Amino acid sequence: MTAAVQEALELGKVESHLHPEGSFDVEAHEVPKGREEIWRFTPLKRLKGIHDSAPFADGATKVEVEAATGVTVETVAADDAVRGTSGLVPTDRVSARAWAASTGATVVRIPTDTVIEGATVIRHHGTGSQTAGAGHAVIVAEKFAKATVVLVFEGSAIVADNIEIVVEDGADLTVVSVQDWADDAVHLSTQHAKVGRDANLKHVSVSFGGDVVRHDFTAEYAGPGGSVEALGLYFADAGQHIEHRLFVDHTAPKTKSNVVYKGALQGEKAHAVWIGNVLIRKEAEGIETYEENRNLILTDGAWADSVPNLEIETGEIEGAGHASAIGRFDDEQLFYLQSRGISETEAKRLVVHGFFNDLIRQIGVPELEEKLTSTVEAELAKNINTLITKDNA
Amino acid sequence: MSTLEIKDLRVSVETEDGAKEILKGVTLTINSGETHAIMGPNGSGKSTLAYSIAGHPKYTITGGTVTLDGEDVLEMSVDERAKAGLFLAMQYPVEVPGVSVANFLRTAKTALTGEAPKLRTWVKDVNGAMDKMHLDPTFSQRSVNEGFSGGEKKRHEIAQLDILDPAFALLDEIDSGLDIDALKVVSEGINDFRAREGKSVLLITHYTRILRYIKPDHVHVFVAGRIAESGGPDLAEELEANGYERFTSAAV
Repeated sequence: MTAAVQEALELGKVESHLHPEGSFDVEAHEVPKGREEIWRFTPLKRLKGIHDSAPFADGATKVEVEAATGVTVETVAADDAVRGTSGLVPTDRVSARAWAASTGATVVRIPTDTVIEGATVIRHHGTGSQTAGAGHAVIVAEKFAKATVVLVFEGSAIVADNIEIVVEDGADLTVVSVQDWADDAVHLSTQHAKVGRDANLKHVSVSFGGDVVRHDFTAEYAGPGGSVEALGLYFADAGQHIEHRLFVDHTAPKTKSNVVYKGALQGEKAHAVWIGNVLIRKEAEGIETYEENRNLILTDGAWADSVPNLEIETGEIEGAGHASAIGRFDDEQLFYLQSRGISETEAKRLVVHGFFNDLIRQIGVPELEEKLTSTVEAELAKNINTLITKDNA
Repeated sequence: MSTLEIKDLRVSVETEDGAKEILKGVTLTINSGETHAIMGPNGSGKSTLAYSIAGHPKYTITGGTVTLDGEDVLEMSVDERAKAGLFLAMQYPVEVPGVSVANFLRTAKTALTGEAPKLRTWVKDVNGAMDKMHLDPTFSQRSVNEGFSGGEKKRHEIAQLDILDPAFALLDEIDSGLDIDALKVVSEGINDFRAREGKSVLLITHYTRILRYIKPDHVHVFVAGRIAESGGPDLAEELEANGYERFTSAAV
């Protein structure tokens, strides 16, 4: 490759807090104190030391794989060349520590030109171990492949992991990460995707359980015409901290991103954080981006932080927008439903289901739809008595 | 035989400058089978009357009574009022994203009658009501009022009136924003409802236009938070010819 071509392909360096310099060296990342921009919302004291120097060991989770026909799932050594193919370079200490501590990686591969029926499901059962686990997975959809991969996290565990997603040219991949942890789990996940030319990635994050769940999802493009849809659904209960940090880096022209995260919060000290960062680089002409976060606060004592950031280095784009909202039940909606004879409790249930319904439909994984709807129902059942007593108080 | 009796009703709302009285003593009796039209200029409080009867939390009742067959309506929650037979068609029906019209109607009907409607007749009833209002059958799958045109919202309100079949319909400016064709469709729906045994209607409107299609038994002119004058259908004709000026100047 000539120097000129190389230069043309190299992306310019962007001076932006949206784009911190990454490093594989753990010590290049200082132990966070809580004031740092990327840590200021996270309750460090509840991370069981994984942001500092707590040891990692195998055995935090038991993994069970249900691979759809045509998909290969294998475990490779930590030094396998597949690691890093998504372009992931840790930008925080937890991610760097998990990278260094991983003793292997799970590789999910969808071969070129194959369309896979049904979902490949990888279940992680927390074993209740008080020692943290470090995980690494690489999901590769080869050229023109089409598939759905679902990661499920259950039980009690302390986990830090890096999930790499490689969507090669023309491929169409759906990745769903379901955090259905027990109440005491701590999970910090860094998920990074590289989306090829004319490829589609739908990334879905669903968080219900856990004490602290923090997910950083980042995406970059390897060529023009790629599209990323990032959907999120969360339900934070009393005392829970659920944090999603998204960064879509429009590194190529004619690319698209659409981010929609919706959450409900209920109970004392339920806390949700959503940071939605989008960078449109000079090179990224003709792109289209939209990001949206909506929070529905169901009871007193819960709070949400929602911060969309959009940085634009070229004006030659199709469109860019964002929306963010934190609200309580709309009195007018409840009045309308009640005026038709529907009780207040039932009206609230309808509104919450409605709030999530559109999103659940967009996920487009039939195996999950019913489960998500019933989980929303179960979450509501936890607090429906509180809802009523609060209103009568 | 059921009677809605409003006696000396006084209602205020909270504003930045403190409580403001909107209704200043409204007295009105609607007997079963009667249609009453309440007509008044903007800001006269006629919509407040409808919302107060239906129990909107924004309004504070400061005096008077509302009873339905002797039962105290003001003591009831909003859904209890609906179960007692009241229905409010709103001027600006509210969007409920993600909740389909079909789900909404079935939930409401179940709540009102205490049992889930029988599937076979239910689908037929809903489709029939939609058809009468010139609403496409796919309409049932859309989210309640979301993305509906102004006319669709109003026709959806009247389809609900048909399906939920209350004893008393409070129709708040159901005619506003409708073109002439939609107005005819909506009026036909209301007349169909009136043709049922013992149904009562309180029709609130700014314009006399809808009264060409719906003939009220009684007309009340509403000015500055109270009924300024009551009469028969001829009172509407006078308003059509002369407007509200005679009443508004008297109120000042």
